[in-house]
Amino acid sequence: MSFFGFGQSADIDIVLNDAETRKKAEHKSEDGRKDKYFLFYDGETVSGKVNVTLKYPGKRLEHNGIKIEFIGQIELYYDRGNHHEFVSLVKDLARPGELTQSQTFDFEFTHVEKPYESYTGQNVKLRYFLRATVGRRLNDISKELDIVVHTLSTYPELNSSIKMEVGIEDCLHIEFEYNKSKYHLKDVIVGKIYFLLVRIKIKHMEIDIIKRETTGTGPNVYHENDTIAKYEIMDGAPVRGESIPIRLFLAGYEMTPTMRDINKKFSVRYYLNLVLIDEEERRYFKQQEITLWRKGDIVRKSMSHQAAIASQRFEGSSNPERSQLSAKSE
Amino acid sequence: MADTIADTRRLFSKPQNLNDAYGPPSNFLEIDVSNPETIGVGRGRYTTYEVRLKTNLPIFKLKESSVRRRYSDFEWLRAELERESKVVVPPLPGKALFRQLPFRGDDGIFDDSFIEERRQGLEQFLNKVAGHPLAQNERCLHMFLQDESVDKSYTPSKIRQA
Repeated sequence: MSFFGFGQSADIDIVLNDAETRKKAEHKSEDGRKDKYFLFYDGETVSGKVNVTLKYPGKRLEHNGIKIEFIGQIELYYDRGNHHEFVSLVKDLARPGELTQSQTFDFEFTHVEKPYESYTGQNVKLRYFLRATVGRRLNDISKELDIVVHTLSTYPELNSSIKMEVGIEDCLHIEFEYNKSKYHLKDVIVGKIYFLLVRIKIKHMEIDIIKRETTGTGPNVYHENDTIAKYEIMDGAPVRGESIPIRLFLAGYEMTPTMRDINKKFSVRYYLNLVLIDEEERRYFKQQEITLWRKGDIVRKSMSHQAAIASQRFEGSSNPERSQLSAKSE
Repeated sequence: MADTIADTRRLFSKPQNLNDAYGPPSNFLEIDVSNPETIGVGRGRYTTYEVRLKTNLPIFKLKESSVRRRYSDFEWLRAELERESKVVVPPLPGKALFRQLPFRGDDGIFDDSFIEERRQGLEQFLNKVAGHPLAQNERCLHMFLQDESVDKSYTPSKIRQA
């Protein structure tokens, strides 16, 4: 019986075994608030205790079973009812029966696979959480504990520079170069813009970082673009032969790793947008995708690692390709 | 344990040719609208403006030119560009129909201050338009800026550079 507050009820509390030592990471929630959650990586064991505390000591609590689940799910905002679970593990803690006093249950999910990174976006959310449930005839009592998962990568073997010549016939030709195509989240974009032909009156030039979140499939694909950064790299009119350097520190911006077709549900991709603005406010731009990846905090230094860094300096430029620079007519 | 420090040294670039650095820029384009003159008498009067162009852009046949144009010529140019090109053409200064009504206290459309306001607007309009890479491909723009007179029965076409 649980109407009118006369029935027995319980509070559930989930506590991780390594709560003292495990690092926490900040994660922005749907409403923009930043909270800290326990940070897990792929393959790590998730273990702890479930405390079931009876509300009214002395009274029994009848139940249909007590269990704990570890869930990884994707939720599309336009389809809230349907949660797509890509990880779903269950551990039964107690068979149907009754609790006569508050009790603590141990649980362990060993070496849990966590294939994707936690993500809260404009139209989609991917989250991992523990859910402890005390089953009852009319209404279950449950408690969730959210965790955050980061996916780590190592330095890519191949990381060619991006080098391209673009322009508008007889009006503007530039050659742009970015030192890498794959950047980690605390990396620096080092590049340059070289002017081959300048027949328009340029006022300034900037580099924008654009995040594009894609949800849906087939005809219902939806792109959400968000300009994460705008960074002016040149103020004034350049002439032929001039070279403008780029040095953009990524650590100052809130970004996630590039996510491609996660569980076939969504993607998060990043683009560098080079924008030139002329004296009549006309904008000429060239977008280029970059791959962002998350580096682990512990750096394993080795001779080969240092050699890799040294060889990335002034990396040989790939063959410049001819491409079209887009102009927005204003 | 410190993170390996990223290499932020500038990428190599060729030193700039001094002629390029200190010579005239390749984007020189100056357009002036000036010297308004009212032609004719009575009701058939109209005002013309001098449109002077100085440039080093190869797409213009003449590096210096001077022509006289009236407001309706500007209207024609705007309409042609809207139709023929993908450019979002900026607006012209107003048509001022109310100024053409009788019994006004001032000189109507031949009033000095109105002509000056219009002159400024026409100059702004031309500078905006003539600098647009897509508008520069239109025959009508070149005819308006550099031909002796505007042939309204011309065949619209795109300029092809050699």
